[in-house]
Amino acid sequence: MDSLDLSRWQFGITTVYHFIFVPITIGLSALVAGLQTAWVRTGKEHYLRATKFWGKLFLINFAIGVVTGIVQEFQFGMNWSNYSRFVGDIFGAPLAMEGLLAFFLESTFLGLWIFGWDRLPKRLHLATIWTASIGTMLSAYFILAANSWMQHPVGWRMGDGRAELTSIGAVLTQKTTLVTVPHTLTACFLTAGALLLAVSAWHLRKGNQEEVFRPSLRLGAWVVLIAGAGVLITGDVQARVMTEQQPMKMAAAEALYRNTESASFSVFTIGSLDGKEEVWSVRIPSLLSFMATGSPSGEVEGINDVQAQYEQQYGEGDYTPIVPVTYWSFRLMIGFGGLAMLVALAALWFNRGERRARSRWLWIAGIGTVAMPLLANSFGWIFTEMGRQPWTVFGLFKTSESGSPSVSTGEAATGLIVLTVLYGILAVIEVGLFLKYARAGAPDIPVENEADDRPLAFAY
Amino acid sequence: MDLTTVWFLLIAVLWAGYFLLEGFDFGVGILLPFVGRDDRSRRLAINTIGPVWDGNEVWLLVAGGATFAAFPEWYATLFSGFFLPLLIILVALIVRGLAFEYRGKRDGAAWKKRWDTAIFVCSLIPAILWGVAFGNILRGVPIDANHEYAGGFVNLLNPYALLGGLTTLVLFTLHGAVFLALKTDGPMREQAGQIAETTALVAVPVAAGFLAWTGFAHADGWGIALSALAAIALVTAIPLTRARREGWAFTATAATLLLAVAALFVTLFPDVMPSTLDPAFSLTVHNASSTPYTLRVMTWVAVFFTPIVLLYQGWTYWVFRKRLTLGDIPA
Ligand code: HDD
Ligand code: HEM
Ligand code: HEM
Repeated sequence: MDSLDLSRWQFGITTVYHFIFVPITIGLSALVAGLQTAWVRTGKEHYLRATKFWGKLFLINFAIGVVTGIVQEFQFGMNWSNYSRFVGDIFGAPLAMEGLLAFFLESTFLGLWIFGWDRLPKRLHLATIWTASIGTMLSAYFILAANSWMQHPVGWRMGDGRAELTSIGAVLTQKTTLVTVPHTLTACFLTAGALLLAVSAWHLRKGNQEEVFRPSLRLGAWVVLIAGAGVLITGDVQARVMTEQQPMKMAAAEALYRNTESASFSVFTIGSLDGKEEVWSVRIPSLLSFMATGSPSGEVEGINDVQAQYEQQYGEGDYTPIVPVTYWSFRLMIGFGGLAMLVALAALWFNRGERRARSRWLWIAGIGTVAMPLLANSFGWIFTEMGRQPWTVFGLFKTSESGSPSVSTGEAATGLIVLTVLYGILAVIEVGLFLKYARAGAPDIPVENEADDRPLAFAY
Repeated sequence: MDLTTVWFLLIAVLWAGYFLLEGFDFGVGILLPFVGRDDRSRRLAINTIGPVWDGNEVWLLVAGGATFAAFPEWYATLFSGFFLPLLIILVALIVRGLAFEYRGKRDGAAWKKRWDTAIFVCSLIPAILWGVAFGNILRGVPIDANHEYAGGFVNLLNPYALLGGLTTLVLFTLHGAVFLALKTDGPMREQAGQIAETTALVAVPVAAGFLAWTGFAHADGWGIALSALAAIALVTAIPLTRARREGWAFTATAATLLLAVAALFVTLFPDVMPSTLDPAFSLTVHNASSTPYTLRVMTWVAVFFTPIVLLYQGWTYWVFRKRLTLGDIPA
């Protein structure tokens, strides 16, 4: 392995890791804000207890999202200096905007929220969590605009050995950005909803604190279903945009080698893993054509045809991503998300009205939902990023040219090992804390004491 | 003024803001083992920076992002060239951030003690390494014709840069001690005040030495003038800490840091990373910058949003302006 391969592993590992916590932060901050709003409006104590309980879990998660984000900001320069030189004129702008417009909001207002419980008037305090939540979504928007530019470069021209920005408006409002943002944000809400559902299921199964966790279970399940519908709709639009912009990615998603009309979608294939020979598969007729073009009889381009076309356009080379990875990651993304929605539906149905689900398996599945969207998110990114290979910037700049010439193999290996080991340790600590607080259940809230010089509401 | 100059100044402002703000929370972290004899007093110290440390750290992230946007060559050369020190800083910032958030989330002395050690070590390391990094930038590093860093790790450990590291260490420690004295009442205030007094006596010769060396090596009129002002600000901190005028002492240490960063950037200009191999290979505000269009876009963004950020961050400090005492910390 050379420095480039090591950097690729580092980027993949650190980014997927970062994105385990990111969706929980984005989704849960809004849900906590919603619960706190309900408390401020109705004054019902169980809303306050729910706010405190989910707020605590949110903070444990947020901390790790923040610290892993710092690595993201630095590693473009550290491991991808050629890439940074080539795209900096364009790519740096949304990154800097993210810092100035989003990170300051998130971090400052969350500080105010954590420590402001008895320092700020109720409504102002409520406004701080909403502001932080808006900050997380802004952050997603800017970073996704940057990423979308890598998928589909717009508003640029070729300068002296680098890409130069000609229209920031085009970068911030291009179609790719506009479909990626809602798909990712709805997936974030699905993730947070599943978390609510899972933790509530765990408590309800034991019969703990029904008054807090029954409403939470419902809320979580509804969020999963509604956000899930959003994910499906936006994913459908995104698939069409992607087929238009990166036909190779769609072909690789289905391991479709030749141009095909009325292409079917295989739910599952057993065969040689490289997809070249199929032994057995479950297929839905015409679905791939529909996803890719919006018409059941539309023609979907095949890998071999796109490959031939790219060789003409970009010169000799292999323009095919690793097909088994794209094939399976695409399916696993959809599959795990769909599974979470099924469980949510069952949880709502069997707990409707005053009823209580009796099946042990349903409760276990409910607890298991927490993992499903996390997996779906990771596979979604792996699909998006691996499906773009061999490019870092589609059609413009290859991954093989993107690395840092001055970083030695030893340095790159040190970076990879140090960060991977550190992240592993952090995962153990984080999960331990998360479980501890999830198990503890919602706190009892003491009678409000309005005196001015009360002790701080302690976070530390 | 040329937009490249504007952005050079803005990046100087971001670093100055970072040193000013995270400077004191590094300092509080470094002082933790000395001011906190028991868990309650350590929590008191940590709570003085609790609501603000994350917002302070964002100054660094924005400095990084702004460098990427305005001077991509600089961002690329600096970050890939200083790979290992930056990796160490990253690890320290990661562990430190989690230490603040997680130390109180479990009972048990061993758990807390481990995180407290982490806060100390992970505040100490970046406090030194930032100085080392800036010392090297000023001194110049081997940069080849392709703008690639051509030295090794050991190259970065030269006496001048190490003195730079010592300087940021003592300045941040002093700044943190003054901050603690300003934000607390009771025994901690007194203790932090005493530490500030002693640290100031060490800080003056160290910082003056570093600034003088900088002045001699890169004789630059404005740079020397600003360095002299920084030194004066630092010296005034001595009587102010003695007199326990904490607000004014904090103003003095803050001014020291701001003026020192200003001196470094002014001395550097128009280079952003001088090359020791051949001056023609140096990165300058001209050959490292983005296009005028990008700089114009970013200027508008900065002009609109920086004041808003300053307003709400300022408001946070206002909300948490009260001095804390042990009485505020539940047992
Ligand atoms: C879709 C959303 C999304 C995506 C794709 C990414 N992030 Fe992220 N990031 C967030 C959404 C987010 C967030 C929700 O805003 C976080 C997560 C947890 C948190 O505290 O804020 C965050 C934190 C976070 C921080 C710390 C901010 C702070 O101190 O408050 C940095 C520096 C980055 N991210 C940088 C990046 C970079 C350079 C990425 C690209 C490789 C990236 N993130 C991918
Ligand atoms: C948070 C969600 C993201 C995840 C999970 C993710 C994941 C990945 C993965 C799995 C790879 C492939 C590594 C490889 O093939 O070697 C990759 C590559 C890459 N991605 Fe992303 N990515 C995410 C977001 C982004 C964003 C937002 C950007 C840019 C703003 C980005 C830029 C890159 C770059 C520069 C590479 C390196 C080229 C490469 O190794 O393929 N990614 N990412
Ligand atoms: C029918 C269902 C779905 C469809 C058709 C769909 C479609 C897509 C497509 C086409 C992409 C790649 C975009 C590109 O590379 O240009 C993508 C990416 C992604 N998907 Fe899905 N998706 C579906 C369900 C889900 C679910 C359930 C989740 C998570 C809970 C999810 C999370 C993601 C994420 C995080 C990405 C990467 C970010 C992005 O490119 O938007 N998707 N999806």
